[in-house]
Amino acid sequence: MPQRLPRNPFASSTTSAVAIPPTDKVSPRRPSTSKGNRLTQFFSSSPKSKEQQSAQEALLAAVAAQQQYLLNNPSPQISAPSLSLPTISLSTAKAGEANMDEPPTTLFQPPSFAEAKRQARIDAQFGPLGSQSHRYVSKHMGGALSKPVIDEPPYYYVLTTYISYLILIIFGHVRDFFGKRFRPDHYRHLKAANGYAALNSDFDNFYVRRLKLRIDDCFARPITGVPGRYVSLIDRKTDDFNKNYQFTGTYTETLNMSSYNYLGFAQSEGPCADAVEETIKKYGISATSPRADAGTSDLVLEVEERIAKFVGKPAAMVFSMGFSTNATSFPALVGKGDLIISDELNHASIRIGARLSGAMITSFKHNDMEDLERILRENISQGQPRTHRPWKKILVVVEGLYSMEGTMCDLPGLLELKKRYKYNLFVDEAHSIGALGPRGRGVCDYFGIDPAEVDILMGTLTKSFGANGGYVAAEKHIIDKLRSTNAATIYGESPTPPVLMQILSALKIIQGEINPGQGEERLQRIAFNSRYLRLGLKRLGFIVYGHDDSPIIPIVLYNPAKMPAFSHEMLRRKISVVIVGYPATPLISSRARFCVSAAHNKDDMDRLLAACDEIGNVLQLKFSTGVAGGAEHLPDGVTPEMEDEWRKANGLQGVVQAPRWTLREVIANGVQDVKQPLR
Amino acid sequence: MEFHDAQKFVARSIDEITNRFQKVPGSAMLIRYIQSSYQDDPVRSAIELILVIFFIRYLLAPSYATHTGNFVTLTEEEIDDLVDEWTPEPLVAPQTAFEKEEAEKLPVIVGPSGPKTRLSNGRTVTNLASYNFYNFVGNEQVKEKAIQTLRTYGVGPCGPPQFYGTQDVHMKTEADIASCLGTEGCIVYAQAFSTISSVIPAFCKRGDVIVADRAVNYAIRKGLQICRSTIRYYEHNDMEDLERVLQKVVKDQAKKPLTRRFIVTEGLFETVGDCVDLPKLVELKQRYKFRLMLDETWSFGVLGRTGRGLTEAQNVDASQVDMLVGSLAGPLCAGGGFCAGSVDVVAHQRITAASYTYSAALPAMLATTASETLNMLQSNPEVLVQCRDNIKAMRAQLDPRSDWVRCTSAIDNPVMLLVLKPDVVNSRRLSIMEQERLLQECVDETLANGVLITRLKSMPVAPGANGKDVGWKLQPALKVCVTTGLSKKEIEKAGITIRHAITKVLTRKTSSKLGLPSVG
Ligand SMILES: Cc1ncc(COP(=O)(O)O)c(C=O)c1O
Repeated sequence: MPQRLPRNPFASSTTSAVAIPPTDKVSPRRPSTSKGNRLTQFFSSSPKSKEQQSAQEALLAAVAAQQQYLLNNPSPQISAPSLSLPTISLSTAKAGEANMDEPPTTLFQPPSFAEAKRQARIDAQFGPLGSQSHRYVSKHMGGALSKPVIDEPPYYYVLTTYISYLILIIFGHVRDFFGKRFRPDHYRHLKAANGYAALNSDFDNFYVRRLKLRIDDCFARPITGVPGRYVSLIDRKTDDFNKNYQFTGTYTETLNMSSYNYLGFAQSEGPCADAVEETIKKYGISATSPRADAGTSDLVLEVEERIAKFVGKPAAMVFSMGFSTNATSFPALVGKGDLIISDELNHASIRIGARLSGAMITSFKHNDMEDLERILRENISQGQPRTHRPWKKILVVVEGLYSMEGTMCDLPGLLELKKRYKYNLFVDEAHSIGALGPRGRGVCDYFGIDPAEVDILMGTLTKSFGANGGYVAAEKHIIDKLRSTNAATIYGESPTPPVLMQILSALKIIQGEINPGQGEERLQRIAFNSRYLRLGLKRLGFIVYGHDDSPIIPIVLYNPAKMPAFSHEMLRRKISVVIVGYPATPLISSRARFCVSAAHNKDDMDRLLAACDEIGNVLQLKFSTGVAGGAEHLPDGVTPEMEDEWRKANGLQGVVQAPRWTLREVIANGVQDVKQPLR
Repeated sequence: MEFHDAQKFVARSIDEITNRFQKVPGSAMLIRYIQSSYQDDPVRSAIELILVIFFIRYLLAPSYATHTGNFVTLTEEEIDDLVDEWTPEPLVAPQTAFEKEEAEKLPVIVGPSGPKTRLSNGRTVTNLASYNFYNFVGNEQVKEKAIQTLRTYGVGPCGPPQFYGTQDVHMKTEADIASCLGTEGCIVYAQAFSTISSVIPAFCKRGDVIVADRAVNYAIRKGLQICRSTIRYYEHNDMEDLERVLQKVVKDQAKKPLTRRFIVTEGLFETVGDCVDLPKLVELKQRYKFRLMLDETWSFGVLGRTGRGLTEAQNVDASQVDMLVGSLAGPLCAGGGFCAGSVDVVAHQRITAASYTYSAALPAMLATTASETLNMLQSNPEVLVQCRDNIKAMRAQLDPRSDWVRCTSAIDNPVMLLVLKPDVVNSRRLSIMEQERLLQECVDETLANGVLITRLKSMPVAPGANGKDVGWKLQPALKVCVTTGLSKKEIEKAGITIRHAITKVLTRKTSSKLGLPSVG
């Protein structure tokens, strides 16, 4: 179980020269570091002998050429140009002369130990693609966006869920009752003391103390290393029921189904990381000034221009945090006399931004266009409260992809209403940018809609691009105004150069400017994985929320006790998942959420399906009634278009069967079936 | 016959309902109770019935009234007409002339930022506009460290701290800051600017009382706005006024249940540059039982012998400050912010502070960089001495020497804010806007002579607001940031350039109509 110990960059003393682990010091994979290395060598207390180093360097350089090649072609089968092996590998590998005379031999050498290890490391961050057939283009099939069908479990589970919460709450109160009398010191922080009111109120704290604490070990699990395809958890144990943790000193490498690493750009190797390294050397770590003072660099302007092009808007601006992008953009866009109509499930950053703006806020039912229309009609006709003055403007705010539901916004529906009701539309693409659409350009791309129809496209760079920060894209005059009035531009720190370079190189890969073919592969892999996993889970009998192409796949657990049980069972099988319950979800529908990535391959999905299958049986999670998909194949000769007729002919109208496929059937049929409309 | 059918249906339904009702355990008792109570006391039954109806209505009603009294009922056609008629204003107002001009003049840096910086117009200038006080941005050791982190952790952590976004490097940085300050714990946020805006509402709820300095910065203001507590302001840095306000709060609240009370202020003020008297503040907070939230964004890494901030500079135990907020993005040249405090204070934020729970964690390399630069300050405090020498050198060129401006910053503050002297403002009757224009001209003139400085930017006015901000109005100022990346000679030279530029602009008769006393 205990895994490799990660290299620990801060283990060395920080005051003296930086002692780099030897593997790094001579790593010829980036020969350009030699200068920096020499510099540190100069300081280093025990410099290596030159000769020894250069011999090793030559050897490793040879290996590096090959590795670089593999790196640039994570799945050599895809791109036709990659067939001409030697030339490609040499031109892309930025190695020095050392390996010039060696490529033919190194290319076909059996992998050495170091090399195998390195390859394993690369694969742990970004899995190799098993087969070319494991790809799919994320694209809306036309027509209106159908609402995902919400399946419901038998009443028994609903009832036991409520009863469970009731018992938890009663138990909590009983324990509090005795605890407050017999162990008052445990409650000291909830009581007024020395004339100070308690820092957090007993009532507010009840949920945290009595419900969350019980399952606290499923949250905030610390990790080390790259959160790529796999993620290394730092093992911890607790002796006092999750109040305190001790680290055991071991690590567990798990399959990562929890990070928002949609396109698999969380990597410490490869073209992005190489570019970032160069940038650190050139620019340093920080921009040291807000944008409006002296924090506007050529780099940030280049990134803004590229993002604008990518999302299809004339202009864009970037920020150092996605959360504050929202928190500061709303106050700059709307204010008193304006109305914000917000989807009820919108993210906290949107709510805070909206509240800070001073505009009136109302919300509509999640993704419900009829409700939105009703609210629009009411508000436009009534005008502002009390004065009945007409609203100055109305801003409708939605997310492209909802991170707890896996649903997409109904963009065609919203634009239909927009024509009639003349509101402005703000779409937060935090999760959808990169993750949706044939070119990864978010919901507009997915639905085949001209981005010009949406007024403001906001997104974060934290997720698909493996960087940090957020952007806002719009018409040029809007961005110009925002630059002058947005507080984060004036006072907030600028995005740092390494982060900017990560964004820039990720975008270049997606657009096929670096390693042509790789970006496309990433996009198609995530689309395939999402559909494959979703279909598989439905067929196994789980209730799955969300739209078919969404890489966020929540399965509903209902009973609160099943949350930690699910998480622990998954961890035992070395898979890390996110569980969410009340208050982040409605009381009844606590869930486990899988975030699919392009770094995963079909084997990973199968591994997860197998784990879900087992756990689903043990924990009784296979609730599905079949109304939301997972149906049996149609008989031979019946096409999906003929289905209605066929049902009528056989008297099967309205008959749904609870899907309970076996794992083997699921896996055997998955690859072909995801290419058809999911049923 | 229809009527007959309906009658039969009703009868059947009633039968059904009674049957079912009688099957419910306890129904017989209920019926007996109602029957007997009706016979004993019909009035009581009626009252009970009304109560039940009221209760049901109450349960079914939305939690707040959606329609206030003056809801106008309209027909669908009328609504359609109104919808057709309604024309919204454009999403944003056009840029003002000043904003446009400012945007055009915004310096664009080509290549790395540093004490000497190349601009997009090809010129290399002396950079006194960055918070690069110790020139860590160009430090090779720091870069090496960041590259190592990159090669181990990648760039982004791809998730919020609660969902597998907490990496060991974050815990290490938190521990480093806590041990450096001497607090029990510390929590690292992904952005310095939004840290305090989230810390305040994490603790201050409806009914709580906050006493804040009038001159607090924009981020604090937003935090105060988002929490629903009662806010009282005291005159900027006036401890007597603070005491007066505290007394008043205590007196007003004496009869009410005890609520949380906070004092919110800054270590070095972002908008004025001066320094708070921490021992006095701690004394007052203890006397009146307030908690202290101190924003050390501009003092952490700056004040004190080893840059531990105001607590070190004024010999106050950091545990006396309940929530100590600081930045890792300024002088430490990394990124992110932090809040240090007791274990409870930190744990509470991990689940309630919005910009912590709902945002991705800090990139690993920024965390390790912060640890690294913090450590460099601790082990090499001479750099702080050198910085203070440079501040002194710069000040000597400006404060008493210039006829036009004076420096409001504290003596150790490397961010020197220069405001126009009161007699200049008064004799020329300069409005805030006119001062801003003049200072912008000074910035331009300084840049023309090869030195990059900036202005303190006014706080953005929300659309729809009428611009009448109550209370505090910050005075426009020039901002000169000193760095150890320049020698004393260079600093002096830059100081002279700045002074001459200011003099030139303020004595200029023709170029700016605002330069003249605004008589005619
Ligand atoms: C819809 C939405 N907006 C904004 C954000 C905040 O982004 P960041 O993590 O970059 O601060 C998130 C992240 O969780 C999000 O889901």
